[in-house]
Amino acid sequence: MTNKLDSGVLVVALGSRGSLAAAHELLTAGRSLADTLKERLSAVLLGRPPAEAARDLVERGADKVFVLEHEALSRPDEELQAAALVQLCQKERFGKILFPSSVAGRSLAARLSVKLKAAIATDVFALDAGEAGLKVRRAGYGGNIIGEVEFASPSCVMTLQGMVWPPAPKTPGRAGQVEAVAFAPSATRTEFVSSQAQEAGEIDLGGADLVVSGGRGLGSPEGFKPVRALAKALGAAVGASRAAVDAGWIPYRHQVGLTGRTIRPKLYMACGISGQIQHLAGMSSAKTIVAINSDPECPMMKAATLAVAGDVHEILPLVTGEIMKRRGAAVA
Amino acid sequence: MAMGLNIVVCVKDTPTSLGVHVDSATKRVKHDGLQTALNPFDEYAVEEALRLKEKLPGSTTLAVSVGPPSAEGALREAMSRGIESAVLVSGPEFAGSDTYATSRALAAALRKLAADKPVHLVLFGKSSNDGNSGIVGPQVAAWLDWPSASSVKKIESVTDSAVTVTRMLEDGIDTLKLGLPAAVSTVKEINEPRLPSLKGKLSAKKAVIPRWTAADLGLGASEVGSAGSLARIAAESAPPSRPAGMTVEGATSAEKAAKLVDILIERKVI
Ligand SMILES: Cc1cc2nc3c(=O)[nH]c(=O)nc-3n(C[C@H](O)[C@H](O)[C@H](O)COP(=O)(O)OP(=O)(O)OC[C@H]3O[C@@H](n4cnc5c(N)ncnc54)[C@H](O)[C@@H]3O)c2cc1C
Repeated sequence: MTNKLDSGVLVVALGSRGSLAAAHELLTAGRSLADTLKERLSAVLLGRPPAEAARDLVERGADKVFVLEHEALSRPDEELQAAALVQLCQKERFGKILFPSSVAGRSLAARLSVKLKAAIATDVFALDAGEAGLKVRRAGYGGNIIGEVEFASPSCVMTLQGMVWPPAPKTPGRAGQVEAVAFAPSATRTEFVSSQAQEAGEIDLGGADLVVSGGRGLGSPEGFKPVRALAKALGAAVGASRAAVDAGWIPYRHQVGLTGRTIRPKLYMACGISGQIQHLAGMSSAKTIVAINSDPECPMMKAATLAVAGDVHEILPLVTGEIMKRRGAAVA
Repeated sequence: MAMGLNIVVCVKDTPTSLGVHVDSATKRVKHDGLQTALNPFDEYAVEEALRLKEKLPGSTTLAVSVGPPSAEGALREAMSRGIESAVLVSGPEFAGSDTYATSRALAAALRKLAADKPVHLVLFGKSSNDGNSGIVGPQVAAWLDWPSASSVKKIESVTDSAVTVTRMLEDGIDTLKLGLPAAVSTVKEINEPRLPSLKGKLSAKKAVIPRWTAADLGLGASEVGSAGSLARIAAESAPPSRPAGMTVEGATSAEKAAKLVDILIERKVI
């Protein structure tokens, strides 16, 4: 039984460079959870969100949107953002609080769990609200074990994995409330110094449907050229194994796996990657795995949906060529 | 430039292999006989503490862990790399701790340490390789009302009163200045960990590691272990196996490439 006082699902709509894409996925998960529990779905915006953001969240399923409007909350000051969210949650007594599994989402969720005495589960990929209460599933041991987690507290905080729930569609004109919430910031010891956006045109691994990834089998930094060319042809993000990153062929932010990013793309193309357990940890939930490898017996070829045996240097440009050819044909 | 800083590294003893198995009766991961060591991600936090100490003479380094008696192994490993002292928070009362209870115990240990001499900076790894949560750093910070930063790839500078760090985010990087004391969770990019030295190993082996119980930390029985935890693992299982794949056949590489693209288009993957 859920505590009567703590009910309602809250989506914390953290923006990333003006995009609320992660929040749209949370709204899908949150809506279905709220419907099952027969509770309300709320969302909260922080900082100085664009004027249409609250409406957007309503049209995508929120019954109510709280706007914690204050310039200071638009900066990455987790102490302050957490304080504002704690204040709202204590007043509204939400039962389930959902964050994206991003660096910021994870840290804020961690702070809220302590301040609200709420159980926390991160990287949740399945929510099951049954008779016996809420059960969620998350991976541990680098994806080798699935844990089923229950909560003993009246409220709980979760970070949800990206790319698991589809973005909530917009229903133009959908009704919902928007409420501005006053917040008086107190001094914190976190000072924002500067930020630098990722190179323009670079697709973030975490939000990419398609990922082309390269490993030690590429042989050299130049080996990534055909990987990038294929990624460009597909509109895919570029990933890498640790071996390729450690060799200095590609920056760490591209690393997939236990030490890098955990992703769930629709397509993961592993080029010259053997598929060690720590790499699989980051991508084994991809819907379709393509492996291109000269060793047909390696773990990645065994894990693959589609295994292509051969020399990656030879096959990659041919695959890119085929795709260009079909695109050209489609246009003509 | 800061004078000496008192740096604490929070570490965990974790399985060396992730190829663990579930006991079908208990539906929990079998821990008996699992070999454990310092969580590989904590090596970066340990290394960063050592580098700061080398840069800022007069600094001290200490490692702390919450865990069973065997977790001493991880602390000795940190010491073999150069960490000067260690404390193990341990006792049967801590069994079954979730991140909420673990972070509370760590925060209490930090308070106890700070009562003796100030703690300036607390370092964490990215996450543990078994739990994979990556939240204990900011949770400890929340218990102590400290600033914190996760995913830190560089410590830009440290003064007596602040640490400036650069974080790796999903869509770029940013730089924050945190007033001390602060909690910083690291990522692999931050450094290249050194290996334990022979001398380090010898002195780590001989080191006396104090054990603190919940009572030593001023924590009650309901505040630690499973009683003090809010999240409970109901069951663990192996992930469902992936549907069997197929080999893309072809007499030449060109044929294989064409076939692959055919299938991807046919299945509406691209
Ligand atoms: C604690 C810990 C954390 C780790 N975290 C990560 C992580 O986050 N991410 C990660 O990736 N790894 C991680 N690793 C490392 C991991 O164990 C592997 O070492 C790494 O993934 C190997 O990378 P690779 O597959 O590119 O290289 P290799 O294992 O060397 O494989 C290269 C592959 O390329 C193939 N190949 C060679 N030449 C060609 C060719 N011409 N054409 C086609 N194929 C070719 C080979 O058959 C082979 O399968 C971690 C390890 C540890 C201990």
